[in-house]
Amino acid sequence: MSQKYALIGALTLALAAGASQADPVEDTLVVNGEIEMTTVAPAPEHLGGALDVVRSGWLYRGDETRDMQRDDFENPAMLYVEAAATAWSTPEGTAGKSCADCHGDPESMRGLRASVPKVNPNNGELWAMEQFVNGCRTERMGAEAWKWDSQDMRNMTALLSSVSRGLPVNVAIDGPAAPFWEQGKEIYYTRYGQLELACANCHEDNNGRYIRADHLSQGQTNGFPVYRLKQTNLVSLHNRFRGCIRDTRAEPFEIGSPEFVALELYVASRGQGLSIEGPSVRQ
Amino acid sequence: MIRATLGLVVGCALAGAAVAETAPADVKFGEYGEVAASLTGSAGDPASGRKVFSERSAGNCVACHTVSEMVEDVQFHGDVGPSLDGVADRWNEAELRGIVSNAKNVFDGTVMPAFYKTTGYIRPGDAFTTKPATEPLPPLLTAQQIEDLVAYLMTLKE
Ligand code: HEC
Ligand code: HEC
Repeated sequence: MSQKYALIGALTLALAAGASQADPVEDTLVVNGEIEMTTVAPAPEHLGGALDVVRSGWLYRGDETRDMQRDDFENPAMLYVEAAATAWSTPEGTAGKSCADCHGDPESMRGLRASVPKVNPNNGELWAMEQFVNGCRTERMGAEAWKWDSQDMRNMTALLSSVSRGLPVNVAIDGPAAPFWEQGKEIYYTRYGQLELACANCHEDNNGRYIRADHLSQGQTNGFPVYRLKQTNLVSLHNRFRGCIRDTRAEPFEIGSPEFVALELYVASRGQGLSIEGPSVRQ
Repeated sequence: MIRATLGLVVGCALAGAAVAETAPADVKFGEYGEVAASLTGSAGDPASGRKVFSERSAGNCVACHTVSEMVEDVQFHGDVGPSLDGVADRWNEAELRGIVSNAKNVFDGTVMPAFYKTTGYIRPGDAFTTKPATEPLPPLLTAQQIEDLVAYLMTLKE
């Protein structure tokens, strides 16, 4: 009797799942046969029930795109990671130093990607990875800052992300980070542009649905920087933010602006517990 | 001489259209967000409305809505909004005109954009250029396009 009920329960579930083909896939991501990724995690409490679970954008992509991310030999972003590994140990600037001279292996940066943006205790500003990289370049190496969205910077953030793969997103949102987090939250829920759409309208209310040909994900940041097949290059997170706001027929904030760094913190906090996957692959 | 006459005729036609057309700021919305009077003063053309509905550079309504009647020839229908099959059985012409002009008056807080509105935006941009734009913006659709859409939607009966 109870068996029969269980069976009916399972059937109903299967039907419900089948009803919407737009749902994310159920699949597991293990990279290089060894890095086990958490692609679904319980929603953090600060979301107040807005999402049941948080899901990696990987689950919303097609089979081929997902497969490319399972193996570094198939992941086109790894060429840029290699280029950054060379830059890492190449001296630059008036001090004649390379990153490696102070930090040793890139692996010494494991954990950083999962914790940024974070408040820089030296100046009280909220800093993204790009700012920490440029801080070293200008102050310790006597080298020129890289532009936020330059190829060099995207390569380096891809390298620094790659060494954190598998670690859970774990950004601080309290203490000195709290006001930045609030600012980011406000931006997330503001309906910008002539189409009057907020991040939340697409990624909170409608993830899993299609907007024209695009399968809407939760807009998580754990896969960044991403390699986009369409662009055949790495795309930075702020560039993605800019594109999403542009698509509402609005004037986006500048790449690297304090507004986008605050938004970055807030959106990262919506994915607490998801594994860092960057550099991931998107269509 | 012939040129001058032609110029005059065109001038008159334009002035005529401007008089009959209701500007976005002057649209009279009823209690439930409906708009009784045609925005152009005449009936729209359903065939043109069908194009406005599907074309990315016009209404791009298919970004969010499916219509079974067009799945054969228009690719990629979104499902953020409901299917519009049989929509004319659910709403009358005035209501449909109201929904397309400014759906926020009918569905509180809806994600559906207001297609005949020019002010009240946050960080409005010049279309998709990322450049800022100054209000009043051109509405997303013209009065004629709205009327054509309404005429098309009125054909969606089950
Ligand atoms: C009009 C709909 C829309 C709005 C509004 C929107 N986005 Fe997106 N966003 C998309 C689409 C479509 C994609 C590509 C498919 C996907 O990953 O969801 C995307 C992708 C993303 C991604 C990449 C996710 C991944 O795993 O690759 C992030 C991050 C993101 N959006 C954040 C935001 C933020 C933050 C905002 C607000 C500032 C925002 N989006 C507003 C439609 C939107
Ligand atoms: C960004 C998404 C989006 C776009 C673009 C959009 N709509 Fe909608 N539309 C919706 C949603 C969502 C609803 C349901 C109302 C609600 O609850 O918000 C809706 C409702 C409607 C309805 C009422 C449907 C019913 O059965 O009750 C009509 C008619 C309609 N839309 C027509 C259009 C037309 C015509 C266009 C293009 C000019 C358009 N929509 C563009 C999202 C959209």
